[in-house]
Amino acid sequence: MAAAERPAIDLADAFVMEAPALADWLIVAPLVIGFIFAALCLMTRKDTGRQPVIAIAGLVLILLSVAGLFVHVLANGTVVMAMGRWLPPFGIAFVADTLGATLALISGIVGLATGIYALREADNTERRYGFYPFLLMMLSGVICAFLTGDIFNLYVWFEVLLLGSFGLLILGSRRDQLDGATKYAFLNLIATTLFLIAVAYVYGLFGTLNMADIARKAAVMEEVGPRLTIAALFFFAFAMKAAAFPLNFWLPASYHTPRLAVGAVFAGLLTKVGVYALLRILLTIFPADRDDLAIAIAVVAAASMMLGALGALAQTDMRRVLGYLVISGIGIMLAGLALGSATGLSGTAFYTAHSMVIMTALYLLVGIVGAAAGTFDLHRAGGLYATAPWLAVVALILAFSASGLPPFSGLWPKIFLVKASIDVGAWWLAAAILLSGFLTTIALVRLFAFAFWRPANPDMRSMTLGEVPVARLGLPVLVGLCGLTVIAGLYPEPFIQVSDRIAFELMNPVGYIDAVYAPMPIQPAAAEGAVQ
Amino acid sequence: MEIAVAALTGLYFAVSIYLMLSRHIIRILLGTVTLSTGANLTIFAMGRITREVPPIIPAGHYLPADGAANALPQALVLTAIVIAFSLFAFLLVLVMRSYQELGTDDTYAMRDAEPEGEPLPPLGY
Amino acid sequence: MRTLIFRATAPYLTALMLLYSIFVLLRGHNEPGGGFIGGLIAASALAIYGIACGVSPVRRAIRYHPMAISGFGLFLGAIAGIFSLFAGVPYMTGLWVYPTVFGVELKLSTTLIFDIGVYLVVLGAITSIALALEEKERD
Repeated sequence: MAAAERPAIDLADAFVMEAPALADWLIVAPLVIGFIFAALCLMTRKDTGRQPVIAIAGLVLILLSVAGLFVHVLANGTVVMAMGRWLPPFGIAFVADTLGATLALISGIVGLATGIYALREADNTERRYGFYPFLLMMLSGVICAFLTGDIFNLYVWFEVLLLGSFGLLILGSRRDQLDGATKYAFLNLIATTLFLIAVAYVYGLFGTLNMADIARKAAVMEEVGPRLTIAALFFFAFAMKAAAFPLNFWLPASYHTPRLAVGAVFAGLLTKVGVYALLRILLTIFPADRDDLAIAIAVVAAASMMLGALGALAQTDMRRVLGYLVISGIGIMLAGLALGSATGLSGTAFYTAHSMVIMTALYLLVGIVGAAAGTFDLHRAGGLYATAPWLAVVALILAFSASGLPPFSGLWPKIFLVKASIDVGAWWLAAAILLSGFLTTIALVRLFAFAFWRPANPDMRSMTLGEVPVARLGLPVLVGLCGLTVIAGLYPEPFIQVSDRIAFELMNPVGYIDAVYAPMPIQPAAAEGAVQ
Repeated sequence: MEIAVAALTGLYFAVSIYLMLSRHIIRILLGTVTLSTGANLTIFAMGRITREVPPIIPAGHYLPADGAANALPQALVLTAIVIAFSLFAFLLVLVMRSYQELGTDDTYAMRDAEPEGEPLPPLGY
Repeated sequence: MRTLIFRATAPYLTALMLLYSIFVLLRGHNEPGGGFIGGLIAASALAIYGIACGVSPVRRAIRYHPMAISGFGLFLGAIAGIFSLFAGVPYMTGLWVYPTVFGVELKLSTTLIFDIGVYLVVLGAITSIALALEEKERD
């Protein structure tokens, strides 16, 4: 292969020529760290003593890297890295805008919180069967899904996080776990396959898989039909991933079956990836089709909120109450997407971040409550206020925050969403948000009243927190998560600024496209296609 | 050729939906496998179908020969096949285990996670 | 399956297949082949050995647990991209060196490290499943 015989070619047509800034490496850091530490945990699978140390170190490093990325994005705007030097749209690009970086940061927090909680919950058999490798793999899958700028790569990350979640879900292989996992696995697999079919149509229609490139080409496309079909197919697939009504039934069937730490990380992360994908696809890529689908999204949102809240009221098992509340929260997030205004999207962004933290915290709380009360059954639990007063305080804060009562972080996004609904005259959506918040209050305060407030059931022996192994690390984790919701509730200004910025970026995808195509020299042919 | 592939894809989707409507897990499993095969065929057809020129760049050239097949859908299909294969292996084991444990593959009878006839939550103190 | 002929030939067959799998792995950069298919060939070699001689000889022969092998492959795959950090190019950019060993020019690259990682991941994962299934059949 004599290289000298070939004519000289200009590599700058296909390659990124300048070296990426060192800070830009933060965008791939969660991927690299996640996989390296998952690999180390796999290699030390017999050494159940050292494995958790490695895993926690990995989770801390992931959190540090996503926090660094968040700060970097806030300071310098959207960060792009083209894998393997290939210029977009040829190669896979990782793109971190404010939305992606924020959700990645919250995922890092959720991952570390559940990892620490699980130190006392996952036993040695579960560690040997790969609790920590699966957790790390799922977490890096989730974070990479938030950061990737390539739609097929998004599919790959969905499958990575799906495989990790399968592994976590069946650890222990009890009967109800197998039952729940079967339903979870099938419906999620079908959802990702539908997503793949939509990706195939995108490729057939636009000839590209890079999200910024698709957005550029979709904006100048004349025919509405094919584009709207694709957008609707994406909406269907991601609504299924996000457990929105009427595709929600896999969630309450499965989330209560595994360990509570697993339930917590699922509730915090998995459905939110679906919501993120909806925001990205319907706002950045197909904004015109979001307008056409808005009414359908609004109906789905209102139905999910109400069904989730009513379902939560009808449950006796505390864990299943939470499963329905996840669905209710998804409805509220979709409300902002349906409204599409700056206020509404800001509310959605804030609520998504809030919900990731709060749902994780609620699952961990119920884990401690269940261990202390000896049951998850609302009929039988009781008397925890006497044995664990601090846990009761935490529980009340979380219940108020999840219901959207002041002075906690659930209040502000709901104000935004209600205001945005009234602004466009969608009073029924505003009513659904308020009513579902009211029903959520009833469901959670009832949980508090029965498990904590009423006197202990004489034939149940409730333990003090000192006797509950998960509480020793679980309570500090919970207090930390509660601290976040209190701070965001009392001093919401910086959080609202970030949400407003997310909303602005989502409504003006030009910034996203320009960030991806910045390294590309403008060619006449490309510039013609990108009229904007 | 496109029409034949499109018809085949449609047939795959029809078969998979028919199978997935069943109550029995094993049929649903076969339905999902058929669905992912249909999806792979869709990707393949979306890359435009050409005849018999492999997308390999001859030695000393920079571009593949004229009329070469589109390499990207092939890479996508390969990735999707590998992923679908691994998930299928997982699901097969999961279905086998749940059949052994629960003694049924009828979804109506699989009520361990959500038992039938649960009592209402306490209505008063 | 434990016929005398099969048991006598299986070790040779396994050795030959393992060798061939490495050949397929190494030729994979510019010709058909690569880590994935190489790993599959190696895993089927071990599976054949397991069918002929039982699972525990296989486990003894590979010394490490298959999942640990697969973990090491994942590790290699993850670090293969990091070299580009030091070269000042974006993540996962292929980097090549051409050392001459005994008068032969070797083409070594980070993509090769990644491919070896894929090989080990596939080998470990498939072997682990195959051995688990073979063990189950014996009980």
